[in-house]
Amino acid sequence: MAGEDDPADEQWVDDHAGPVVRPYAVTRGRARPVTGSFDLISLVTATRTNAVEEAGLGPEHVAIVALTQRMQSVAEVAARLDLPVGTVRVLLGDLVARDLVRVQEPREPAGANDESIYEAVINGLRAL
Amino acid sequence: MDYGHSERPAGARVLPTALKVLVAGGFGAGKTTLVGAVSESRPLRTEEVLTETGIGVDDLSGVERKNTTTVAMDFGRITISNDLVLYVFGTPGQDRFWFLWDELAVGALGAVVLADTRRLADCFPSIDYFEGRGTPFVVAVNCFEGARRFGLDEVRTALDLDPDVPLLLCDARQRESGRNVLITLLEHAMKTRDSRRRAAGGR
Ligand SMILES: Nc1nc2c(ncn2[C@@H]2O[C@H](COP(=O)(O)OP(=O)(O)OP(=O)(O)O)[C@@H](O)[C@H]2O)c(=O)[nH]1
Ligand SMILES: [Mg+2]
Repeated sequence: MAGEDDPADEQWVDDHAGPVVRPYAVTRGRARPVTGSFDLISLVTATRTNAVEEAGLGPEHVAIVALTQRMQSVAEVAARLDLPVGTVRVLLGDLVARDLVRVQEPREPAGANDESIYEAVINGLRAL
Repeated sequence: MDYGHSERPAGARVLPTALKVLVAGGFGAGKTTLVGAVSESRPLRTEEVLTETGIGVDDLSGVERKNTTTVAMDFGRITISNDLVLYVFGTPGQDRFWFLWDELAVGALGAVVLADTRRLADCFPSIDYFEGRGTPFVVAVNCFEGARRFGLDEVRTALDLDPDVPLLLCDARQRESGRNVLITLLEHAMKTRDSRRRAAGGR
């Protein structure tokens, strides 16, 4: 079970599944965000340099604002805070409602520019 | 990097774009290793909470009593430019978690199916899955030491692969090799998309 080890540590983990014993106190029992859907690769960027704990904002909210000073995907936020994705979606909904983060949903790669996006990725990979 | 050049009005903010590709394959085929090799940092891990009915739970009060599992996915990030990021997701174990695959596959540019020649049949479910969905994919044969070397033709026949599906050898531990697999995938995905557009009567 994650959380036994150092939670801040990015780790190699190969087990696929295990029983859930996570506390849902973080979202105060809520399973759905108040707003937004939050794809795993939706990009989250903080709109402020920091947030403070106040009514309705817990330490996890504050941690997300700190973490997303650099743009991060929903999946990255979950991994780096060692929280399940569903929990992070709820927290992000709270933050969006307060205008503390901006979320860019992934664009379907079928828009007008996608040819050049494929090329950009290929060129970017070549340059790595 | 130059993309979206002509259409962008001068001074307009470029919206950041995130793209994803998947890495699938049988148990122990090297998925996590490949994700780590191509990523800019060690692979990250994230968890989804599942109930027997699927992703997400409506009411989490008493969640401990419900039959839930967490599924771990590992993934990595490749920052292409300030506003373009590629995520590489390893798919969780086959069979049990198809609904999670569905969530991952939506919007994915394509997939890498890792094949281990010692257990070639293990990647059949992945191949079937991406064929069924129409997700462009390539098959990369991960070269484990001690495994008998097969010719690519033999592997293609054994997997009954379409002639237009790229098949290549790789070493999932090597960044260079993994990167090569991704480039092959992206080129294939772009070609697939172009021919589908043409077939659909687009440009
Ligand atoms: N020799 C060799 N070993 C490899 C290669 N790729 C992976 N391995 C090793 O094979 C083992 C399994 O690799 P993983 O990357 O964990 O495989 P996986 O597909 O993520 O496994 P599961 O998530 O458990 O299905 C690890 O011990 C790796 O170090 C390779 O190209 N060559
Ligand atoms: Mg793995």
